[in-house]
Amino acid sequence: MSVSQVNSKIVYDALKACGIRLLSVLPETWLVHLVTLADEDPEMVLVRLAKEEEGVGISAGAHLAGVRSAMLLQNHGFLASVNGIVSLAQLYRIPLLLLVSYRGGFGEEHPWQTEGGGVTEAVLAALRIPYLSLDAPEQVAVRVREAQTLALANLRPVALLLCRGLMWED
Amino acid sequence: MLRVDALRAIYPELASRIVVTNMGAAPAELFSLGHQPGFFYLEHAMGLASSLGLGIALARPELQVVVVDGDGSVLMNLGTFTTLARYRPPNLVHLIFDNEVLLSVGRSFTTATATGSDLAAIAAAAGVPRTATVSTEEELRQAFAAALAARELAVLVAKVEPVGPASYSMDLHMLENRFQFQRHLAAGRT
Repeated sequence: MSVSQVNSKIVYDALKACGIRLLSVLPETWLVHLVTLADEDPEMVLVRLAKEEEGVGISAGAHLAGVRSAMLLQNHGFLASVNGIVSLAQLYRIPLLLLVSYRGGFGEEHPWQTEGGGVTEAVLAALRIPYLSLDAPEQVAVRVREAQTLALANLRPVALLLCRGLMWED
Repeated sequence: MLRVDALRAIYPELASRIVVTNMGAAPAELFSLGHQPGFFYLEHAMGLASSLGLGIALARPELQVVVVDGDGSVLMNLGTFTTLARYRPPNLVHLIFDNEVLLSVGRSFTTATATGSDLAAIAAAAGVPRTATVSTEEELRQAFAAALAARELAVLVAKVEPVGPASYSMDLHMLENRFQFQRHLAAGRT
């Protein structure tokens, strides 16, 4: 049982391919390889956050300054960032690309992840954030590119859910 | 010291730089002194002005970024000091006007700085290399000029009276400000 190194690389390469040059992250288990890849990439600015909502401000600043960015965070971090998403990214029309590790879904063995898992999609829907799941490696490149394209067109947050089938090898 | 007088004292330094403010009195007063295309007023999302400034500072190291913030906003995102200190952008000065209250709610709604919480000390303990607390226009002018010249991450706390502008309204829609600011940053791209 471990985090998929191969699929983490596929996700990372997809982000690079659509021009992402700044990643703000709050590490969690499923994101460790992605964070390491960013850390070892001289072309990527990696910002390790104290709390996820900071990343909304950092991505907004990067966007206004002409640099493409994304946030890597757990769904609980997404829940902790809701005001920043609403009161900055949505209010100011920021194309915020959110890659959210989707803990607490089917197959989840940790009780503490389950409540957040149960409300993640409902909160995304309530916020009118378009989202798709990434659960198979062959979807990743297209969906990341399309998410970025939509975010830049509607100037709003767009989310991709990093699902268990993609990130975790049982 | 009145915040508007403090802003007036450093306005010549601000006018040519990238300035990101929090919401409320500070943006209204800065706007009243003269809007510039490099000024962005974050009219909500309390606490995130410094994060937004950090994003600009990291994305564009050639620019000098000034964040104008308030005690109430900073207290909502104290972790920002640790993130600023971690990356130490030499092109960022974080100026916090500390009036010890949530002024737009009312002067009786004090923040924790009224009971002794020291934002400059918190920033220093978080690892910010240059910090100072000032209480007069002349002290601010000197500390601000020194921080800009040092090219070193700085957190400056300016103690001000809990007095705001007569009007908070600004003849600039927030999206107009946002796109004008983005265009200004794009034009200055090297």
